[in-house]
Amino acid sequence: MSKSKNKLLNIEDLGIEYVTEDGTVKAVNGIEIKLNEGETLGLVGETGAGKTTTALGIMRLVPNPPGKIVSGKIEFEGSNLLDVSEEEMRMIRGNKISMIFQDPMTSLNPVMTVGQQIAEVIEIHQDLSRQEAAKKSEEMLELVGIPGSRANDYPHQFSGGMKQRVVIAISLACNPQLLIADEPTTALDVTIQAQVLDLMNNLKKEFNTAMILITHDLGVVSEVCDKVAIMYAGEIIESATLEQLFTNPRHPYTVGLFGSIPNLEEETDRLSPVKGLMPDPTDLPSGCKFHPRCPYAKDICAKQDPNSTEIEAQHKVKCLIYEGLIDAEVKR
Amino acid sequence: MTSTLADKSRTTLKKKNKKRSQWAEVWRRLKKNKMAMLGLAILAVLILGAVFAPWIADYDEVVIKLDLVNRLQGPSAENLLGTDEFGRDILARMIWGARVSLRVGILAVGISILIGGSLGAIAGFYGGKLDTVIMRIMDIFLAIPGILLAIAIVSALGPSLINLMIAIGISSVPSYARIVRASVLSIREQEFIEAARAIGANDTRIILKHIIPNALAPVIVQGTLGVAGAILSTAGLSFIGLGIQPPAPEWGAMLATGRAFLRDAWHVTTFPGLAIMITILALNLVGDGLRDALDPRLKQ
Repeated sequence: MSKSKNKLLNIEDLGIEYVTEDGTVKAVNGIEIKLNEGETLGLVGETGAGKTTTALGIMRLVPNPPGKIVSGKIEFEGSNLLDVSEEEMRMIRGNKISMIFQDPMTSLNPVMTVGQQIAEVIEIHQDLSRQEAAKKSEEMLELVGIPGSRANDYPHQFSGGMKQRVVIAISLACNPQLLIADEPTTALDVTIQAQVLDLMNNLKKEFNTAMILITHDLGVVSEVCDKVAIMYAGEIIESATLEQLFTNPRHPYTVGLFGSIPNLEEETDRLSPVKGLMPDPTDLPSGCKFHPRCPYAKDICAKQDPNSTEIEAQHKVKCLIYEGLIDAEVKR
Repeated sequence: MTSTLADKSRTTLKKKNKKRSQWAEVWRRLKKNKMAMLGLAILAVLILGAVFAPWIADYDEVVIKLDLVNRLQGPSAENLLGTDEFGRDILARMIWGARVSLRVGILAVGISILIGGSLGAIAGFYGGKLDTVIMRIMDIFLAIPGILLAIAIVSALGPSLINLMIAIGISSVPSYARIVRASVLSIREQEFIEAARAIGANDTRIILKHIIPNALAPVIVQGTLGVAGAILSTAGLSFIGLGIQPPAPEWGAMLATGRAFLRDAWHVTTFPGLAIMITILALNLVGDGLRDALDPRLKQ
């Protein structure tokens, strides 16, 4: 699917904690992400699963204090981002890795024109004169489907969908290798969502940009992504290619997620959501983090933390069932 | 065909119109505000008068030369606003006084915005211990009434124009620090600051390009009000003899000396008092107008 198979991002054992007065919040616990050039990974999970923290961790923008990256490494183009200096990191942000934030209403500066805001990222990373940067920012606007003549307008003169286009223009202005989109369509209505996703997909292909798409919408994932990782309580509990995950989900939680989506072909009166709530991140359950909500849970689940088991090529599941310790078959 | 051509030229014209700089845009919006324009007109007259004072009235011959024969004369064709207790023309003295008042007002506020604004921005942006240290020092300053602090500083440094500016400037530093800090605190939590970090902007750039412009509106309003306050403080300090020394003309000092003749010669105090009042009113009108004009969200 992707044009080249060069390794771009390799995250191993990443752990991020927030130290607060009420206790330590383990937001991200030893996650692993591998991404090649031009690939799109969908990072799916409930609110509070640690998706955004992971994204901020990659950008090294976890607010500190209270946040802290406690373990692991983030290898990007061969160098560990956790070791580079703040100055070098600044040259990477917006240039090689850029990020789209959730709410376009608040992620643009209200007193700068959109043209200035696109030009800013160009000025920071490229040695261009002000006029050239302004010209390039108009080109970027045209690229995302906004007339270049609107570069001198302020954000409040744009609709939500157009603002998100502006944000996309900013994030792609320096032609990054990796784009992290943190729920880019959550704040938009459904028709605009489709347009924005289309736009991102097209631009991504055009520039051969890899993308991490954070979402809780499996429908969005199926449209855009090559690979999917399901997060729960700061862990990636299942990762697979899009095809594998949608045809053959294996983790009880993933299966539960699919159970909570209405199916057009079957007639049901009620959806079957995953019962219970996300555990309190300051007080995570022992053993498998999902066991209190898991319909297949046995005593051992409370004691032993499951390892990641590769059940087929690229398809990894973190569940004791696949370690052969529980005899059960997970069914949809 | 011709109509599409005309359309095209119209859109290019429109495009050209839109290519206005930010300040031209602010000016366009300010122009719509009639009260602000009135204030600006009054200020313009004052500033012109102050700048061209030497051509309007000779300092040595008219402004400070005693003419005791004509003392305390009411308004007449010769002395439009009358004369004071030494027979000096009040209009001429007021025009020269505007030089002092405006200069002290603007420079004193400049000093306090510069010092107070940077302290507040640093305290608000970095937070933590730095914030505590800076703001507690500001609190200590704030505990002393501004005019008392100014009196103390002027008494220590000696009365002169520059010391007056420093005294008035320093005494209002804490209020600017607090205003700027408060707005910086709310702005730095906003997502567009995080977005600015995510495009690789450094702290200096974030403070200068993203935080300060967003925190500017309250500072500008406070600043124009502050110029009015500083003019009033200058007048007050001169009134008690710590400001501009006689025979140099200054509105507050004129008010102070005229007080003794209030029963016989109303015009000696009335006109300098009116000048102070009108100047402050004009500054407030401009301040309000600027606040609206600077906020692109209020743009129609």
